[in-house]
Amino acid sequence: MFTYLLAFILFAVGLYSVINKRNLIKIIMGIIIMEHAVNAFLILIGYRLSGEAPIIEEGATVTEFVAAAVDPLPQALVITSIVIGLGVVALMVSLAVRIYQHYETFDITEIRKLRG
Amino acid sequence: MLPLFVAIPLGLGFLLPLLEEFRERSKLYAGAMILETGFLLALSLVKFGDKGIYRMGGWPPPIGINYVLDGLSSLIVVVISAIAFVTAIFSLTYMSEYRNLGKFYGLFSLMLAGMYGVALTGDVFNMYVYLEVAAISSYALVGFNRGPEEIEASFKYLVMGAVGSVFILLGIAMLYGSVGSLNIAEISVRVSEMADKSFILLSTALFIVGFGLKAAFVPFHSWLPDAHSSAPTPISAMLSGVLIKVLGIYALSRLLFNGLNLPELAPQVLTWVGAGSMFIGGMIALGQKDLKRLLAYSSVSQMGYITLGLGMGGVLISQGKPAIATLALIGGIFHLVNHATYKSLLFLFSGGVEKLYGTRDLSEISGITGLSPVSGAAGTVGTLSISGIPPFNGFWSKLVIVIAAIWGEMYPLAGIVLFTSAITLAYYLKVQKELFLGEVAERAGLPGKISPGLYLPLVILAICCIGLGLLYLPEFRGVVLKPAALALQEGSEYTKLVLGL
Repeated sequence: MFTYLLAFILFAVGLYSVINKRNLIKIIMGIIIMEHAVNAFLILIGYRLSGEAPIIEEGATVTEFVAAAVDPLPQALVITSIVIGLGVVALMVSLAVRIYQHYETFDITEIRKLRG
Repeated sequence: MLPLFVAIPLGLGFLLPLLEEFRERSKLYAGAMILETGFLLALSLVKFGDKGIYRMGGWPPPIGINYVLDGLSSLIVVVISAIAFVTAIFSLTYMSEYRNLGKFYGLFSLMLAGMYGVALTGDVFNMYVYLEVAAISSYALVGFNRGPEEIEASFKYLVMGAVGSVFILLGIAMLYGSVGSLNIAEISVRVSEMADKSFILLSTALFIVGFGLKAAFVPFHSWLPDAHSSAPTPISAMLSGVLIKVLGIYALSRLLFNGLNLPELAPQVLTWVGAGSMFIGGMIALGQKDLKRLLAYSSVSQMGYITLGLGMGGVLISQGKPAIATLALIGGIFHLVNHATYKSLLFLFSGGVEKLYGTRDLSEISGITGLSPVSGAAGTVGTLSISGIPPFNGFWSKLVIVIAAIWGEMYPLAGIVLFTSAITLAYYLKVQKELFLGEVAERAGLPGKISPGLYLPLVILAICCIGLGLLYLPEFRGVVLKPAALALQEGSEYTKLVLGL
């Protein structure tokens, strides 16, 4: 239970950083932290104490396998979500570079050409 | 046939940017896009009204991923294809002066693939992946002009969108942890057998926040006017016309109605969030001077009508009034279809105006009807439809929502709907007065004529605006809108269709 709570604290830290920080890079960091908190949470859902890797060996029955192995589905989901996260972060960083070229600052209070 | 909806745009989305290495400026890309969307439109019309599922890799539903075509998703697919087709025709002329067209049409095509995927998939995590495909390509498209404003708008949209996606993913994780399945139909079966629903409520809250960020419900709407007014005009039309609806309200209602069996309080939250968006979006739109920003705020307001209709349907289902609930759902879905037509009409019109006058400031534009009678007439049809003047389609869907609110004894909501309609009429009358009437201002460099490639799509959409009013008649409503509303209302039909129980 405590480990689940840690994932949520990490999520809250990321959200705080996105909402409260003025520097673009820190906002990007906040989003990365949030994504990884969710990934950690997904892994924790499938985890069990002293579980085995979910690979069926020859001669093992399905019931034995289910009793011993961790849930493989969240792991597959996490790989997908890491790849998506990579795409989002790459786009975000390249936009931040562009913004720096135009405005010569990372401070969001000074990047305000668009009204309300 | 169903995978074609995703496979064709996905393939073309990667092919077109590659071709750009050989020929940079070419009508080829626009032609490919028109062919693609035209084919998909024909396919979606042929498939309209069919019911069926496609099993990916042949795996039976609770294990494998499946695509579902039912009343609602077949309607949504038609809407996506139709708007994309018209937009592609418009961009053939409009985008011809831009560079990097291969990348533009590639991203456009990827965005379509993502939207079709969200509309068709029957798996929660698969929905998240398609949602990200559509969202990431739309972030890039918003910043396509690469000016300071566009990049800023794109970044703002990206941050809000990424936070929304993280919330959705956390909701999915929570759902998987408590239910143990990712298939929407299987989730529905297991949720109805569950005793302790506290985790379901938690993931519902996360879904409402996440999809609310995508759909720009009012506390989360701040990115929408920037993004929708900075994007190239065809993309503005796609974003306001289809993307926020498919990624936001359609995905959310699919999960809430079909997957989670309407958790308590969720429909009430949707109803009041819808009423709030409707009112606040309308009030802000009243004070806008930039044409595209006005249209964007009006999108926030009109999304409120759709959300209100669907939420009210949910409330009425839980109160045990199925007949009126169907009417409310029909109102919401009808308004979704209508808003897709007239908002993309108005955005494309604003692009034509910007090309003609070189500005989007309402006070500097006048006398469009004198300058280009056809596009002036089409724009007039659009503004009259959105403000709810009787013969046009916007009136009928608002009427259905108001009737459902009154029959369902929710008088305050009916009041808010009527009041917001009055506000909408007020700000579109302002647009009417500024744009269409008056003398043509003497300005240097007015090209004088809008080319046919720019006003033909407007005319098609204007005809749709008039024709869609017919859906109010019970004969048409029963064929087109009622199956869509029942797909949401009868959760058991959906599970029967997918799991074959």
